Amino acid sequence: MTDPFGTATTSWGRVSHARSRVAEPAHLDELAHAFRAGDVHALAHGMGRSYGDVCLNGGGHLLRTARLDRIIAADWSTGVVRAEAGLTVGGLLSVCVPRGWFVPVTPGTKFVTLGGAVANDVHGKNHHGMGTVGCHVRALGLMRGDGETLEIGPGSRPHLFAATVGGLGLTGLIAWVEIQLQPVSSSDFEAQTLRLPDLDGFFRTAEDSHDWPYTVAWVDCLAAGRRLGRGLFNRGRHASGGPLVPHGEKARLKVPRDAPSALLGPLTVRLFNAAYSRQPAGGAAARVPYGKFLYPLDGITDWNKLYGGRGFFQHQSVVPMAAAPRALQKLLELTSAEGQGSFLVVLKLFGPRASPGILSFPREGATFALDLPNRGPGTLRLLDRMAEVVLAAGGRLYPAKDATMTAEQFRAGFPRWREVESYRDPAISSDFWRRVTGDTA
Amino acid sequence: MSSQIPAAAAPGPGAGKTVLVLGATSAIANAYARQRAAAGARLVLVGRQQARLDAIAADLRARGAGDVATVATDLADMADAEPRFAGMIARLGTPDEVLLAYGVLGEQAAAQDSAEETRRLIDVNFTSAALWLQLAAKALTEPQLMADGRSRTLVVIGSVAGDRGRQSNYVYGAAKAGLDAFAEGLAHRLHGTNVKVVTVKPGFVDTPMTAHLDRSGPLWAKPEAIAGAIDRAVAKGQRIVYAPWFWRPIMTAVRFAPRPLFYKTKL
Ligand SMILES: Cc1cc2nc3c(=O)[nH]c(=O)nc-3n(C[C@H](O)[C@H](O)[C@H](O)COP(=O)(O)OP(=O)(O)OC[C@H]3O[C@@H](n4cnc5c(N)ncnc54)[C@H](O)[C@@H]3O)c2cc1C
Ligand SMILES: NC(=O)c1ccc[n+]([C@@H]2O[C@H](COP(=O)([O-])OP(=O)(O)OC[C@H]3O[C@@H](n4cnc5c(N)ncnc54)[C@H](OP(=O)(O)O)[C@@H]3O)[C@@H](O)[C@H]2O)c1
Repeated sequence: MTDPFGTATTSWGRVSHARSRVAEPAHLDELAHAFRAGDVHALAHGMGRSYGDVCLNGGGHLLRTARLDRIIAADWSTGVVRAEAGLTVGGLLSVCVPRGWFVPVTPGTKFVTLGGAVANDVHGKNHHGMGTVGCHVRALGLMRGDGETLEIGPGSRPHLFAATVGGLGLTGLIAWVEIQLQPVSSSDFEAQTLRLPDLDGFFRTAEDSHDWPYTVAWVDCLAAGRRLGRGLFNRGRHASGGPLVPHGEKARLKVPRDAPSALLGPLTVRLFNAAYSRQPAGGAAARVPYGKFLYPLDGITDWNKLYGGRGFFQHQSVVPMAAAPRALQKLLELTSAEGQGSFLVVLKLFGPRASPGILSFPREGATFALDLPNRGPGTLRLLDRMAEVVLAAGGRLYPAKDATMTAEQFRAGFPRWREVESYRDPAISSDFWRRVTGDTA
Repeated sequence: MSSQIPAAAAPGPGAGKTVLVLGATSAIANAYARQRAAAGARLVLVGRQQARLDAIAADLRARGAGDVATVATDLADMADAEPRFAGMIARLGTPDEVLLAYGVLGEQAAAQDSAEETRRLIDVNFTSAALWLQLAAKALTEPQLMADGRSRTLVVIGSVAGDRGRQSNYVYGAAKAGLDAFAEGLAHRLHGTNVKVVTVKPGFVDTPMTAHLDRSGPLWAKPEAIAGAIDRAVAKGQRIVYAPWFWRPIMTAVRFAPRPLFYKTKL
């Protein structure tokens, strides 16, 4: 039964928790009704795939959008689709792939809603060419607390649009998203994996891979000394010609309960080492279904439970290109010295295409992401030291992944945050926003 | 923006079918309609709120439906049922499938306190439903249709709650039990014809109907899973399916539990 004090909700990292009154409207009129009915701050919640507290609203009203997943209009001759904000990337792909269209940008999981993707202005492995998802949004339906639904876009109320893309849900409820898809002639990817001997190797290979639209690197963060930055470089492109089949719906595995987190680290590293030594120096390109290339973890339902009941953090940051080699080296030295991140670091170069959002995380430079199991104060100290390295290099942390940055760290990374605050819908707030603005609302 | 649909729809069990959905705003019906739309079916959506029907219709069109019509009407209202039903099937012609999906769970406690609420639960879930089924059966057994050899199906969404009266929801349960008996009689009557009657009995399904319950246990299913079970039952012409399948053994145990034992439970 529903708890009178609200329903406990958590996010992907399972370190942030909040109790809120939860509504799950199934129709847009119900969303409007639920929004108006609130006497406390509301916040939209998609699939809860953010790692920290951007999607949580303790003591407030949480409006889950999962049931709002209808396509409003689709023009399959131009690839323009307008859909309710709760439609997931996976749900969209299963309809558009057979028709020869693909999402322009996707994060590393297809279990995110369009609304959530816009509110965090997500990026993918193709950022260096395609920018963020916000670069492909043509229009948004924004439901405001005063009862109005505004149609906004790059050319219509552009400031409110810029505050809403990457705006962490604060400017209103995104009721629908109109997006331009990219044409594909196959649902397969041509993919290639290359060995990286060290950090220099990463920068060189990334520079050499400009004609590959999708790139990412996995780096062993335990390797130290000369082998610092040893890793695998993954690159791919949409294959031309071939089948147009959507991903299978069935997960291959499900994690039923919390696993002892001690198991995971050594296991991933062992798997990585095996993959590394088996990988020929210049691998041949293989043809794989998009699910395998883009969403390797989606086959394991609830993999976040592998980190055990205390949950885990993710540090994801970006630093400007000029400072990147030094900063990445420092970050790797920190994690390999601590031995805490007994896991893999994900590295990628972001391209110059500017995001429309005021609070958008990506900027040209190098991004570094690492999962850290929650081992208490030591982990928090490490996260803080990593944040300081990033800020000293002129970088910033990704709110979608963050559960720990301080108000000062946030303001240093996002100096224009007040502009979004000025567009914030007074009926909306979030745990994240209260944390980083020091606002008690 | 126009909705141009190329021929991406794969030919499947729903290809070319015409489907009448009674209670098209239901989450289970919506999931089922999407499966049919993906195969190119034509659909008539009946529900009580035009704006919601319009949104669902647009979605089904984008997903490949051949043609979608909507009829806004209160299905619990039994006045002038015959002309209203004739109006529904006049939209896209006699359907190959009729899905009876609407219903209300209500609150047992409220029903115990109120004859009016008891009557409402029975009228919505049983009396009116029986009436639409009777009219649908009549439409599907028109002599010229009986002779065309094409298979047609009446799908009734019942509930495991109809399998045994239980203190926690016997008003809703009794209405679903009545529907069960009605469908069984109809199936008996239509035996040997080209019209099949399928009763689907879902267990716990994560839909707006159950939004007030804690839905975290292993017995909970998604509407898409129920829609898949309906699709398979229709393809195979199964008379009664539990959805998911594990409700069959569970409900067998519930049905045969001896009273002294059963009455001690809070079920
Ligand atoms: C395995 C994995 C891989 C990932 N890979 C990437 C990656 O490669 N790149 C990347 O950028 N991110 C990545 N992420 C993060 C993820 O893409 C984002 O956190 C995304 O925003 C989650 O979407 P969601 O639907 O779950 O939204 P939630 O996490 O529920 O919410 C995210 C934010 O959006 C807001 N929001 C949600 N819906 C609406 C709405 N309708 N209107 C207004 N605001 C709304 C919420 O209030 C919140 O602020 C990854 C996450 C996981 C778990
Ligand atoms: N969810 C479960 O756990 C469960 C379990 C067993 C059986 N069932 C059965 O499954 C069927 C579908 O329910 P669901 O789970 O999909 O729940 P749902 O999404 O709440 O659907 C019920 C639908 O019935 C419609 N309805 C109610 N009264 C109506 C009326 N007088 N006229 C027209 N439409 C009316 C509602 O329309 P509005 O949108 O206009 O309100 C609503 O869309 C029901 O028969 C239910 O009894 C459900």
